[in-house]
Amino acid sequence: MIAIVDYQAGNLASVKKAFDHLGYESAITADPDDIARAGKIVLPGVGNFEATAALTGAVQEVVVKAIDRQIPLLGICLGMQWMFESSQEAPQLRGLGLFAGACEKFPATVKSPHVGWNQLQVAGTSRLLRGLPENSFVYFTHSYRAPLVEATVGRCEYGGAFSAVVERGELFGVQFHPEKSGTAGLHLLRNFCEL
Amino acid sequence: MLTKRIIACLDVDAGRVVKGVQFSDLRDAGDPAELALAHGRAGADELVLLDISATYEHRSTLLDVVRRTARQLFIPFTVGGGIRSLDDAAAVFDAGADKVAVNSAALADPALIGRIAHRYGAQAVIVAIDALRVRNGNGLHFGVKATGGRHSTGRDAVEWASEAERCGAGEILLTSIDRDGMRDGFDCELTRAVVSAVHIPVIASGGAGAAKHFVDVFCNGRADAALAASIFHLGITPIGDLKQELQAAGVPMRWPC
Repeated sequence: MIAIVDYQAGNLASVKKAFDHLGYESAITADPDDIARAGKIVLPGVGNFEATAALTGAVQEVVVKAIDRQIPLLGICLGMQWMFESSQEAPQLRGLGLFAGACEKFPATVKSPHVGWNQLQVAGTSRLLRGLPENSFVYFTHSYRAPLVEATVGRCEYGGAFSAVVERGELFGVQFHPEKSGTAGLHLLRNFCEL
Repeated sequence: MLTKRIIACLDVDAGRVVKGVQFSDLRDAGDPAELALAHGRAGADELVLLDISATYEHRSTLLDVVRRTARQLFIPFTVGGGIRSLDDAAAVFDAGADKVAVNSAALADPALIGRIAHRYGAQAVIVAIDALRVRNGNGLHFGVKATGGRHSTGRDAVEWASEAERCGAGEILLTSIDRDGMRDGFDCELTRAVVSAVHIPVIASGGAGAAKHFVDVFCNGRADAALAASIFHLGITPIGDLKQELQAAGVPMRWPC
């Protein structure tokens, strides 16, 4: 079972709907016991980094333990940003620090939020992106962006390059919304399900 | 490169897609869930469903339509019409919408924009503005109408768009009442005026009739996205053909998709 962690941040139902469509069992849950039993974990979410405050405590503890047990973890949008050290958006909070660096606002030279379909440039070997054509279009909606790091396997250009996909071992993060990115997004989610 | 978006709009009344001209003379155009799926397959970048009657009796019908439409749709999905409170917005999000469009209720109470944005994020709140050209002694300005174009508000569309941004709107959906259903082109002057005044994406609406109108609203109107209804439902301009024409004209498009 795939646990979709519920922390009251946006439209979680659309992530579940995508897994339903692909024929994989998933559940939206905030219960640490459910998350502990899951074969895979998804941290979805859109909105303000402040929302990740709801993840600290019991949920964070069980997610960290699952990571230690090599349970695949996929962070989407805000969920991915939480996997970094911090975000300018809510500097008082700490992320999981699984990837180095802080998420920062877009420069004033471009409109923010970055909303719409942009292209994914594959930047490394990736199990999550396997079979996805180079320069596939995916749907973004965010005001803060993660830096390019060693684990960046997909990058995107908007007011400079940023991390669109990060991957290291069983840890995966995507800045865009695969559940809203048409066939390209479903392809990526199927790759995650089949890990 | 970030592409310009082509958004298919379904105007829904009592559970059916309808199409009018200048906000009246409604005709049946089909089932919302079926049309949504067809538009998604054809290459629409987003889908907007507007409940144009938005009466209390039709509310549960609408939520059912939203649920059915969202089920098979894997592109961004916005719902508008009759959203008067945070609870109304929550019901629509729970039914499967990714964004809500607020119009009259936001004019009456601009703080509603912030309340929804605080809970669901600014990216989930579109402020829809129905604008009408008004000529007075000094020239031209764009007035704002409320309740489906029925009531004048005395407000200026450009100023209201700016205020909506400050209140927390993530995007502006700008409809020209003058051009609605006329198929003679978007109001590029109106679009450009609002685009210049805000830093959030602006979706131009009203007047789409041919590919050249889209080229015009992206190049001259500087719109981030363009929305159309009847030309897609009636198959006048297939979305794929439109996107290829735009691409050939140098407008970045998600194509093939």
